[in-house]
Amino acid sequence: MTGPLLRILDRGASVFLLLVVAAAVAVPALHLLMPESSPWHVPLYLVALWGKYVCYAILALSIDLIWGYCGILSLGHGAFFALGGYAMGMYLMRQIGTRGVYGNPILPDFMVFLNWKELPWFWYGFDMFWFAMLMVIVVPGVLALVFGWFAFRSRVTGVYLSIITQALTFALLLGFFRNNFGFGGNNGLTDFKDILGFNVQAAGTRATLFALSCIALALCFVICRAVISSKFGKVIVAIRDAESRTRFLGYRVENYKLFVFVLSACMAGIAGALYVPQVGIINPSEFAPANSIEAVIWVAVGGRGTLTGAAIGALVVNYAKTFFTSGVLAPYWLFMLGALFVLVTLLLPKGIVGTWRGMVTSRRERQQAVAEAHAAVEVKPAE
Amino acid sequence: MGCVRGLLIACVVGLGMILSAGAAHAQTYESALAGFTTDSFADTDAAVGAVAASGSPLALQVIDTLQAGRLMFNAEAKKVYLREASGAILDAATGQAASGVSADSLKPVRVNNRVRRAIEAAVGSLTLLSPDPGKRLEAARAVFKSRETSALKTLNAAIDKETDSRVKQALIEARAAAIISSPDASPSEKIDAIAVIRDRGDQDARGLLASIPDSANEEVKKSAASAISSIDTNLAMWSMVQNAWYGLSLGSVLLLAAIGLAITFGVMGVINMAHGEMVMLGAYTTFTVQELIRTYNPALFDYSLLFAVPLAFIVAGLVGIVIERGVIRFLYGRPLETLLATWGISLIIQQAIRTIYGANNREVGAPSWMSGAFELGGITITYNRLWIICFTLAVFVALLGVLRLTRLGLEMRAVTQNRTMAASMGIRTARIDALTFGLGSGIAGIAGVALSQIDNVSPNLGQGYIIDSFMVVVFGGVGNLWGTLVGAFTLGIANKFLEPYAGAVLGKIAILVLIILFIQKRPRGLFALKGRAVEA
Repeated sequence: MTGPLLRILDRGASVFLLLVVAAAVAVPALHLLMPESSPWHVPLYLVALWGKYVCYAILALSIDLIWGYCGILSLGHGAFFALGGYAMGMYLMRQIGTRGVYGNPILPDFMVFLNWKELPWFWYGFDMFWFAMLMVIVVPGVLALVFGWFAFRSRVTGVYLSIITQALTFALLLGFFRNNFGFGGNNGLTDFKDILGFNVQAAGTRATLFALSCIALALCFVICRAVISSKFGKVIVAIRDAESRTRFLGYRVENYKLFVFVLSACMAGIAGALYVPQVGIINPSEFAPANSIEAVIWVAVGGRGTLTGAAIGALVVNYAKTFFTSGVLAPYWLFMLGALFVLVTLLLPKGIVGTWRGMVTSRRERQQAVAEAHAAVEVKPAE
Repeated sequence: MGCVRGLLIACVVGLGMILSAGAAHAQTYESALAGFTTDSFADTDAAVGAVAASGSPLALQVIDTLQAGRLMFNAEAKKVYLREASGAILDAATGQAASGVSADSLKPVRVNNRVRRAIEAAVGSLTLLSPDPGKRLEAARAVFKSRETSALKTLNAAIDKETDSRVKQALIEARAAAIISSPDASPSEKIDAIAVIRDRGDQDARGLLASIPDSANEEVKKSAASAISSIDTNLAMWSMVQNAWYGLSLGSVLLLAAIGLAITFGVMGVINMAHGEMVMLGAYTTFTVQELIRTYNPALFDYSLLFAVPLAFIVAGLVGIVIERGVIRFLYGRPLETLLATWGISLIIQQAIRTIYGANNREVGAPSWMSGAFELGGITITYNRLWIICFTLAVFVALLGVLRLTRLGLEMRAVTQNRTMAASMGIRTARIDALTFGLGSGIAGIAGVALSQIDNVSPNLGQGYIIDSFMVVVFGGVGNLWGTLVGAFTLGIANKFLEPYAGAVLGKIAILVLIILFIQKRPRGLFALKGRAVEA
């Protein structure tokens, strides 16, 4: 039992997991147990904000899995994130019941407003939590399956795939903006009341959602580690480095890619589902291609192909975004984000974590070389 | 002497006759005016018709004034007055200034929808005989719409006198419309009229024929039904032509946006996500040029685009060269990183423009030779779309010429086909890379000049085109300008033909799905490169 677990979790991964679990316990505890006057008290808005970051970290993890390890650069991962979010949003809408503005027990407000008489078929079942949670995984997964099957089968790779994924999320953006699409159009889904009977605004619910997000991050991290440290993971990396050669060695490259792509889409969906109740709204702008590309830059900043880097990148960049867009520097944020894209790709191609690891490795090698040289020197006189 | 006397008598008699005829006119006109003083809509309605039929030279003025709501009356004195826009009050009977009448004692003649229709018809039939052919044409069209049967007599007179063939056609159609609506016309007259209307063949003609009541004569109904079906076929054909035209128009816009990309992506293999921003820079260059011209020399405004095109090429081209030298050359062979870096550049350029020009849409004017439209059969063609299509084709041909005939083009093709070999032959590949990228960006800038005429000039202008342009290049086949041409027009026309069935958004989604399916069949686009270049 400890064998495979050790293989999955090296030292860096264990440290990361410990930190995530610690955050899952500490932040809600500090929020709920500390009195508000205490300097240790974590205010409610910070819990929600950090919860949002953690969801972004899950999304970044899912992108790193396909980009960092399989070489698939998806510029449309925000679509899977948003679909998961919409699935959760639909459940939350159904939970509003008669408390909506129009008080209709079945129809959400926007449908009453549009003068719809009955619930569209694709809204059936979303009043049940288990069904909604299933859809959070199934809808992005199926979309990724269909899309990926077509794309990988016809060997659409590299930048072509990137462009097509971007077009995919753009098409969904246009679709969800329409009122008659049945998802609230421009305004999206909002005004949520409660989740599983708990008020979404309440401190306890917020704290629980934060803890759940951290746990989901930890689980996704373990799954990703399990995938890439398996034999399957080696094939994935081989595909990234030499796709044609892997194919000629007899591996069905399409199937490997498809599996990772679907797995990654499901993870993005889960991230979106956890994101919506904490932010309180889901609207079509989540599908904007710019969002998806921004998520890619989190991974690039943290370091692609490192997993921990992806999560760290998401936290760092989003913290910077919150910090800069809320102050006098707001007009310059896009300059900074743009410069980040350029500088990271030019000067820091391995990202923060990748560069750090490189430094550690090279220092260790240097020490080893020195030690060997010493050893050699010591051995010599004996000769 | 006797002859002089005779002449004199003749003159006097003639004068008397003219005077008495004038008096008779004045009589009917004045009694018609009385209808305005009773403050009843029915009387006003009748009075409008009577005034129009009286033939008085004041009739048109009175009815125009009524339409403007400035016809006043005094119920006790049974007098009608015209209040001019300046406030002066004229006697409606004589057209002279009325003295001693205060505006307080007068009430305006009220109109309702029925009266308004009568007014329109009256104005129509009165202006049918106007000396200005433009007014006559307008009047004929007004009668066609109102189908006023009382205008028939005037129409017949107008048709006999008419010399302008366009106006005559409009008059004949108006007469046909009046005949069809007239309860007194004989069936054979109506059938002739239906034939005239059928030849007109537009939506209005169809509406007119559809309005023939069920109580009409069998023969008339049959010929109307066959006319309607012939119009429908005609309309369907024109709507096809219209869609094809819109498609060509959209295709030319796509081609313009994608053609620069075909150079940078197709020829160099560089993904430039900032390509849309080059288009945007071109549009803002146009805006700046126009602002400068407006400030310093408004007379040159019509030539503003001629100045803007080379300037936009230079501005966007220089920015492109700076990007290539500053960023992209370090990333050759790493397409995904290039994509991210150029996306960052696009954010920076957008924000820079937003800082300089503000986030709002900027107004780019159209020179006089680009505004307006003309009718071709059943469709309207606007000059700006027509110019953009011509301009796009000119740019395409010019670019093809540069690639085929110039030294730069030769070197560009050499570097694309075999970089190391080209370098060994003494071509400075780094310089060619920069120039190629500059050329592609410059063409995007030119596209911006054209797009500023049909799209909102805002910092987000470029983003709307980037995905479509990539689709065009991918669909047409990378590295082939002809592929881009065919790809752009195919996508443009397909989009416009899908739109009526699926709506704009679903049409777009359908196109996207079709492209994904198409790539299944031909992964390298319509016009694929063959041989070794494929894997390079």
